[in-house]
Amino acid sequence: MILWLRSLGRGGLDFFERLGRGNLFALQALAGIPSVLMKPMLLVAQLYSVGVLSVQIIVVSGLTVGMVLGLQMYNTLTDFGASQSLGPVVALSLVRELGPVLAALLFSGRAGSALTAEIGLMKATEQLSGMEMMAVDPIKRVIAPRLLAGIISMPLLAAMFSAVGILGSYFVGVGLLGVDSGAFWSQMQSKVDFYQDIYNGFIKSMVFGIVATWIAVFEGYDAVPTTEGVSRATTRTVVHTAFAVLGSDFVLTALMFGEK
Amino acid sequence: MAEAINKDVLVKTRGLRFAHASRVILDGVDIDIRRGEVTTIMGPSGTGKTTLLRLIGGQLKPNAGTVEVDGQNVPDLALKELYQLRKRMGMMFQTGALFTDLNVFENVAFPLREHTRLPEALIRDLVLIKLQAVGLRGARKLMPAELSGGMARRVALARAIALDPMMIMYDEPFTGQDPITVGVIMQLIRQINDSLGLTSIIVSHDVAEVSTISDRLYLLSQGKVVAQGAPTELQQSPSEWAQQFLQGRPDGPVPFHYPAMPFEDDLMAVA
Repeated sequence: MILWLRSLGRGGLDFFERLGRGNLFALQALAGIPSVLMKPMLLVAQLYSVGVLSVQIIVVSGLTVGMVLGLQMYNTLTDFGASQSLGPVVALSLVRELGPVLAALLFSGRAGSALTAEIGLMKATEQLSGMEMMAVDPIKRVIAPRLLAGIISMPLLAAMFSAVGILGSYFVGVGLLGVDSGAFWSQMQSKVDFYQDIYNGFIKSMVFGIVATWIAVFEGYDAVPTTEGVSRATTRTVVHTAFAVLGSDFVLTALMFGEK
Repeated sequence: MAEAINKDVLVKTRGLRFAHASRVILDGVDIDIRRGEVTTIMGPSGTGKTTLLRLIGGQLKPNAGTVEVDGQNVPDLALKELYQLRKRMGMMFQTGALFTDLNVFENVAFPLREHTRLPEALIRDLVLIKLQAVGLRGARKLMPAELSGGMARRVALARAIALDPMMIMYDEPFTGQDPITVGVIMQLIRQINDSLGLTSIIVSHDVAEVSTISDRLYLLSQGKVVAQGAPTELQQSPSEWAQQFLQGRPDGPVPFHYPAMPFEDDLMAVA
């Protein structure tokens, strides 16, 4: 019993120590962002590898999710004689929830894991140490551009996911199932509010972008510099990001849409 | 006389102690690295040789003692001052630590681009001069993955001298290299030290190689300096431990067997 309590206490202490380290690291990385703006090419390179290279998975997933959503919603709405409301239902689901959340989970699997592995291997091969010894701060040179690129890319990727998803559901609903095209778009236009839905969705994806990229770069920087350590850190990135995104999604949803 | 000697000392450690978790790695190390000389820190694996380099470079902080580099106590320096000091230090890591996303030219140009605002034409000339010094001017377009281990270390050396530092530290420069590469690196270390007027610190356990090129050797064991002096002096060291290390004897003060109960007792013991 004592041993169990002791291990519980140790686990708790380790958790909070790591959380504190992660927060200090985030502050240092955020403080390094102004120096990234002085060297925009560093940011452009990261926007490409973190953002542009994630477009493929985001577009394909967005399309399939939109198509499935169109199909499922149509069947349910038809039971209530409301099949013409397919447009707003799909758009609200995507813009408010599925777009930001799924894009963040996909982003973490594609770009987050790559960031962790890249930074972890840079640490294992002494590249980060070498940089420090050349009087170059790796947090400013390596971490800050990646963090900023993730924060900028995430809302754009989420917007892309929602837009492609809506097109996918249009293709299924209007193209295959016979929903009226005019009703699909006009109902969507009247039901989807810019501030309440699109803006809040944007805020969500921005928060997810910060959380997902922060976890990815911290796990890489904090990885045990061995093959096994980097492999574990990469796994932790995906798992912790999923927890953090889903948990913060509930909190954000409660704050944004909880009053109704 | 004593003052004159002190002026000759670029790096001075006194009572240096460093412990990681509960394990003491360095325990009261006093070392003087003289200007213009090649000094080697030797010792078996795990005696804290690399840790010593990291303490000199300010990447680790000691638990006690001082590390003076050019009159400045490294652990007391603020980050900005430490970075200023590091611009005057070069370091060649065991693996080379080249940036894998940059080619050879860009790796050597990296410190120049980060710390100077020189025009591109001048950066090109400087990089080519450094690459010429290590014999790899023709390899400037190769990526690190295309280099052999020895070539990677030579590029790392070119990068370490890019900013014309006052001293350079080599972490295990000969480990795992073929004899030709070892010969090339030995020659480069000595040549670059003498022609650029540097001070070099080598961490190694390759006795024969470092004895040839070093002016002074320090022998570390279990976190302490057990012997020191010029290579010829060290050969005469009365320390049995030093003799075992230098001659590579399998048994001696460092026992062949890991501590265990008597062999007969172990064989007769019931499982």
